[in-house]
Amino acid sequence: MTAAPIYGLMAEFETPTELVHAAKGAYDAGYRKMDTYTPYPLEEAAEAIGAHHNRVSLIVLVGAMLGMIGGYALEYWVSVINYPINVGGKPFHSWPAFIPVTFECAVLGASLAAVFGMLALNGLPQPYHPVFNSPNFVRASRDRFFLCIESQDPRFSVSDTRKLLESFNPDEITEVPY
Amino acid sequence: MSNINDSNSNLISPGEVKPASLELETVRKRLSEAKGPKFWRTLEELADQPAFGELLEREFPRHATEWVDPVSRRNFLKLAGASMALAGLAGCTRQPLEQILPYVRQPEQLIPGKPIFYATAMPFHGHVLPLVVETHEFRPTKVEGNPQHTASLGATDLFAQASILDLYDPDRSNYVTHLGEGRPWGECALALQSEVAALKATQGTGLRFLTGAMSSPTFGWQMKAVQRAFPQSKWHRWDPVNRDNARAGSKLAFGAYYDAVYKLEAAAVVVSLDADFLSGSWFPGFVRCARDFMRGRKLDKDRTMNRLYVAESSPSTTGAKADHRLVLRPSEVDSVARALAAKVGVAAQGGRLNEDQQKWVDAVAADLMDHKGKCVVVPGEFQSPAVHALAHAMNAALGNVGQTVAYIDPVEVDPVEHGQSIRELVDDMNAGKVRTLVILGGNPVFNAPVDLGFENALGKVALRVQLSIYKNETTDLMHWHVPENHYLEGWSDGHAYDGTASVIQPMIMPLYEGRNVHEFLAIFTPDESGTPQTGVSSHDLVQTYWKTQHPTADFEAWWRRTVHDGFVADSAAPARQVSAKLASLPAPAVANPNAIEVAFRPDPTIYDGSFINNAWLQETPKPLSRNTWDNVAMVSPAMAAVWKLNQVSDDNDHQSDAQRILEVEFQGRKVEVPYWPQPGHPDNAITLFLGYGQRKAGRVGSGTGYDAYKVRPSEAQYIGSGATITVSKDKYWDLAITQGHFSMDAREPVRVATLEDFIQNKLDGENFADRVRGEAPNDRPGKPESLYPDFRDKGFYQNYAWGMSIDLNSCVGCQACAVACQAENNISVVGKEQVQRGREMQWIRIDAYYEGSPANPNVYFQPVPCMQCENAPCEPVCPVGATIHSTEGLNDMVYNRCVGTRYCSNNCPYKVRRFNFFLFADYETPSLKLGRNPDVTVRSRGVMEKCTYCIQRITQARIASEKEERQIRDGEIKTACQQVCPTEAIIFGDINNKDSAVSKRKNSPREYQLLAELNTRPRTTYLAAVRNPNPKLESGSEKAEKA
Amino acid sequence: MATLGQIDVRPPKGVRPPIIGPGQTFGTVTDRIAGIVLTKHTPVFWILVVALCLAIFGMFNTAVGYLLFKGVGIWGINIPVGWGFAIVNFVWWIGIGHAGTLISAILLLFKQGWRTSINRFAEAMTIFAVMQAGLFPLLHTGRPWLAAYWLFPIPLTMGVWPQFRSPLIWDVFAVSTYFTVSFLFWGIGLIPDFANLRDSAKTLVVRRIYGMLAMGWRGSARHWNRYETAYMLLAGLATPLVLSVHSVVSLDFAVSVVPGWHTTFFPPYFVAGAIYSGFAMVLMLAIPFRYLYGMQDFITLRHLQNCGKLMLATGQIVAYSYAMEMFIGWYSNDRYELAMVNNRLHGPYSHYYYMLILCNILIPQSLWFNSIRSTPWRLFVVSVVVNTGMWLERFVIVVMSLQRDYIPTSWGMYWYTKWDMMIFVGTWGFFTLLFFIFIRVMPPISIFEMRSLLPQAKVKE
Repeated sequence: MTAAPIYGLMAEFETPTELVHAAKGAYDAGYRKMDTYTPYPLEEAAEAIGAHHNRVSLIVLVGAMLGMIGGYALEYWVSVINYPINVGGKPFHSWPAFIPVTFECAVLGASLAAVFGMLALNGLPQPYHPVFNSPNFVRASRDRFFLCIESQDPRFSVSDTRKLLESFNPDEITEVPY
Repeated sequence: MSNINDSNSNLISPGEVKPASLELETVRKRLSEAKGPKFWRTLEELADQPAFGELLEREFPRHATEWVDPVSRRNFLKLAGASMALAGLAGCTRQPLEQILPYVRQPEQLIPGKPIFYATAMPFHGHVLPLVVETHEFRPTKVEGNPQHTASLGATDLFAQASILDLYDPDRSNYVTHLGEGRPWGECALALQSEVAALKATQGTGLRFLTGAMSSPTFGWQMKAVQRAFPQSKWHRWDPVNRDNARAGSKLAFGAYYDAVYKLEAAAVVVSLDADFLSGSWFPGFVRCARDFMRGRKLDKDRTMNRLYVAESSPSTTGAKADHRLVLRPSEVDSVARALAAKVGVAAQGGRLNEDQQKWVDAVAADLMDHKGKCVVVPGEFQSPAVHALAHAMNAALGNVGQTVAYIDPVEVDPVEHGQSIRELVDDMNAGKVRTLVILGGNPVFNAPVDLGFENALGKVALRVQLSIYKNETTDLMHWHVPENHYLEGWSDGHAYDGTASVIQPMIMPLYEGRNVHEFLAIFTPDESGTPQTGVSSHDLVQTYWKTQHPTADFEAWWRRTVHDGFVADSAAPARQVSAKLASLPAPAVANPNAIEVAFRPDPTIYDGSFINNAWLQETPKPLSRNTWDNVAMVSPAMAAVWKLNQVSDDNDHQSDAQRILEVEFQGRKVEVPYWPQPGHPDNAITLFLGYGQRKAGRVGSGTGYDAYKVRPSEAQYIGSGATITVSKDKYWDLAITQGHFSMDAREPVRVATLEDFIQNKLDGENFADRVRGEAPNDRPGKPESLYPDFRDKGFYQNYAWGMSIDLNSCVGCQACAVACQAENNISVVGKEQVQRGREMQWIRIDAYYEGSPANPNVYFQPVPCMQCENAPCEPVCPVGATIHSTEGLNDMVYNRCVGTRYCSNNCPYKVRRFNFFLFADYETPSLKLGRNPDVTVRSRGVMEKCTYCIQRITQARIASEKEERQIRDGEIKTACQQVCPTEAIIFGDINNKDSAVSKRKNSPREYQLLAELNTRPRTTYLAAVRNPNPKLESGSEKAEKA
Repeated sequence: MATLGQIDVRPPKGVRPPIIGPGQTFGTVTDRIAGIVLTKHTPVFWILVVALCLAIFGMFNTAVGYLLFKGVGIWGINIPVGWGFAIVNFVWWIGIGHAGTLISAILLLFKQGWRTSINRFAEAMTIFAVMQAGLFPLLHTGRPWLAAYWLFPIPLTMGVWPQFRSPLIWDVFAVSTYFTVSFLFWGIGLIPDFANLRDSAKTLVVRRIYGMLAMGWRGSARHWNRYETAYMLLAGLATPLVLSVHSVVSLDFAVSVVPGWHTTFFPPYFVAGAIYSGFAMVLMLAIPFRYLYGMQDFITLRHLQNCGKLMLATGQIVAYSYAMEMFIGWYSNDRYELAMVNNRLHGPYSHYYYMLILCNILIPQSLWFNSIRSTPWRLFVVSVVVNTGMWLERFVIVVMSLQRDYIPTSWGMYWYTKWDMMIFVGTWGFFTLLFFIFIRVMPPISIFEMRSLLPQAKVKE
């Protein structure tokens, strides 16, 4: 039979334990292009599919550095180079007075980097995604745990993959159309 | 306290005063025994009265409604507008037609933006104060003293400073009225001409003139002409604050009227018998007296200093400067004078004295005898003729005549005793002898002696004409009212206190349809053809008179120089050789020691009431009580304690305080007054200040103060005995006070030492001011102790470094600097409610501190402008850099950058910054701009402001010097406060220049910084005050200080 | 299942109440909390409260309008007391904000599971409080229309810049950063719950709205993983930030030379006080909220007790600070510091000081007793008292120090006006209004974090 190409196969589980067990199984079976969908963060699941490393921290570090340097540079340039004024006999470059602003700028830079870095890496906002086509997927944000093996995976074949998933006896297996 | 006061003393009947005064003894003792803090904290503490309850109720006082309530708002808007009129402005900027001559080396022709200075003079209290007026585009904006004139030497007083505001006062009378209805001047002129014609027939029978004391020779000359034309006419005089006592005293001693001219510079010992020659211009020659006297206390060259003894009834700034002040009830001054006279070899039977007084008299007499020819005894204007006569006799006996005092013919034209003069007028009016009464200036209906019933008598006069600058109480009873010109609007002349003649030249065309007194009087002086002169100008009149005095050919040249210089060269009156004889000295009056005595005094800021509509003067704090917008009635702290009145309490740093009202009954007449417990005020006496409480005072003066004239009889013009005082149960008077706290609180804002200490320490060769009063826990850090860089390395303070030095020894607290600053810097007036909220705007304040026993404390004045700190605490806290340091060391305030966080004011330890909480400045009234100094920004709402060392003057001098490629000369720049100061207490200049006057001052061992321990490095520094007590008289408290 | 007005049952002695009620499942948790937002029936009390707040908000706007029209002179401030209600309220509100960040950030780092059910509205409280606080520094300036942008480093034609040595500029940066970071923290916390609301929304419109807010969140493991990292890092950043903010606020005073302001221990003193008042405010919000919405299963006695304990702890630090303030004043032997101490104890405003001691030190000692900590209404009363005390503390510091500083002749009094009061009360209205709108349209408790608290959320090996 010939059918329209699908995004992948989606297996729905009752408990996190079953999901993690299934994810591990699929990973051991050599599948890589797959993902789990859970109503709350589940570290085990991420580990099971080998996705527990990310570059958010690096981005935040960069953001912090930019903020810090930028803040101090602004203060120095303004107070010493661009428009130096004698304020109460204090030195033009009164560095202790410049620390608070520098600090705040660093924190600001880091925080912005953290949030927008995370969103960018996650490819959000993303108005459309195939997994939402799976009928019961609304419960992914409520009380159900999903494992989706994507058709892009070299080992993917509707029949074999379905067999494999059935071996983890999920509540239901659905084909996810594009 | 005992029985009488437990009845809450709300009603003290005359009978009860005696036991009350017994009570006084205990209170007095308590006050004198009071130990504890060297600086007495509060009268309250000493009299231990619980204040906590009061405090709670004062927390949110009934009158703390905010400023926006309609009444006060209206009031405020009025004030904002107060000063100028819309009418007749077209005329303001036109140059006077007569030729007037600019002052030394100022350009003859107008250069826009460049001020021109003209010499003139201000008539005041029977003499004139020589002035130089700054005009911008022919608009007078600021008056200064005439430095070439011996009566001023460049200084002025606060009345002269504020008189510029009167010129632009919108409430000035600006049209002729007949029975209150506006009429053209022509109609009035016709009416008067027909009257003159009618009078001609009767030789002027029933024609009377009433003026104040006049020193204008032209006026005298005109008056003679009038009397030639109308032999039956009479000229009466009335000034509420007059010199009757001095005149009578002079008659008593010399048999004729003479003016005493004091030369205090030559006096090593000065004894004042209730004379306030350091307090205000009602003492003739105040400006010069203050300077001469303080010249003897500079301690710059040598270490000698004159000594001032003051025997005083009502506390005055003169008493505040005394080395020994003897507190007397007004009537006791007479007996002290007699005792003193007896001791210095004048045949006078001494009055009875108590122990303290005797001790004082002995010591003073001894001191006088040691300084024959180098001392002087000054009688008070408000003291009895006997005191004056005795003083003259003493000066004669001590060989002071010719040395420290000279006698000249009166500078007043045709001097009379005003009390007598107005009495005659009233009698004649009642007798129906007066047909036409011409009142030139003044407001007799309001301020004539109350017992004469001037107002009723006026009704019997057929034609009543008034020439007056304001429509006042008198105007209501006039047939014709003609607006009088301001002295800056017309020509006149006059004599200074020492007789020097001045020509008064106008600065501006009359703003309104007014007449100058000479022009008006001309109507009554028919010319040759016998027709009255209505069109004649004051210029011609004055010039014609002087032609008669200088019939020489070079009159033109002479006139030009006289007008240009502002005075007739060496025209000072020659000293008369007179000898005082005391044949007919009246017997001493025996006053009942328990009767309450009343003293009437001119108000320190609005004088006799003629300045009541002057917002600057209204908002200038009275030197001793620091209240504004009202007059108070002074009583002694002990009396207040007896009456259970709350004292000046430090528990509530009241900007706004509800004072209980006293009802004062004197000779059957009553007035309700807010009491003020004045330290150093005699017991069983009360001081009332004249001038307030006018019914028709314009938008500024209306509703301010109480009317002391209501109880001022002709027989007791200054001193009366036998008043009864009733404390009202629940009536309060909301005062507006700018200083709520009069003790130094164990701090050392003012540093003081006796002459001995000073000499010793100076010999020790260390800066004595830093260690007066022994230990100084927080002391000035040395140069190396600063973490900050020295900005001199950064190109700052290289060329000029401005600095100021204020000599606390010289300051007499006369407030002239505050008003001068207000005039120079366009400082807004905020009104009574805002002052009560602590939002007064004057840039320089004169703090008053009381030290020692409240019964007779030492008083110190401390002018506080911006300190211009090199390490200014206000600057680093400003988020927008609106206050920063200039390369010349000024703490600049950038108005248009200021966003008004007020952090700078919070962080200013001297609290010299002022904030525009509302739009205090009036931007609408176009006329308001006329009087403003065009060189100074008018500040808008929400902006901080403060003293700038008159930066506009600095800039002008810098421009001038750079054009001539030279340094600014020392003394070339005078700040407004420095220029006006009669005692040279303030000196400003370049501290980089080691030879500048200010640098020399700052090298004095008396030099110290205010709050030096904060390392603010202020550019404004002070010279410590030095007292010169007589060892024989040193009181316990002073001894304790030494120990 | 908890219902409106349910009475708390105190567990037997020695047993700590759970942090989440028994018998909850993923589904029930979701439905109970999402239900508050998704229900069609707006509760009556909600309408009443919002109506009242709108009225107060109107009064607030009137007062502000008049202020801008006339100038700050309508307030009671003067010379010497240049700062009054405005700054007092600013410090008070900003302090209240701190507990929110503390709960969501610091307790997160310390892995305090119980924080979960209160962090969401605590963060909202922070943001709304900071909004109130932010109003005052602007309104209190003489020329706010200029201060609004001159305080930021914007290139202007005149070429002038802010003056970075001024603590007020530090304030600008600290407060704006604090607001931004709190907002981001709160915002990303909401994303998964928005996704949940999107998925359980009943009408298309609602689904669309929450859909947009959720930005297409689908709970993928990779997303969760980055999300967790970012969340933890933000918590790590917010922690020093929250400490810095009130330190900077305290420097507004400490940097000056005013006796009573010029002290080095202000930063810790202020931070402690901030957290103190913050927890008081959390309780003032949580106790009525859990009662009105029957959330006793999610905000249990355990939470209230813990907040009580934290108040007690921070309260002791505050008490110590008061003691030190006095001690240092005496120990310095500086005449001005001594005078300051004397003015606190005997000055014209000393009764404010004694009330402050009563509210912030004496009454809160009752928190030592379990019976107080675990009785919501008693805890509520104590919280109100503490927040009053904290306001008084700022009044004492600001007004009593300025009122009498160096030169005795310049001492003065401060009397507030009705406009001061209207603007102060107005901010309460504004704050409550924002808060009630928040609980109507956003999940006031973090749903996804609640889920992870359930026993069945753990992966069994």
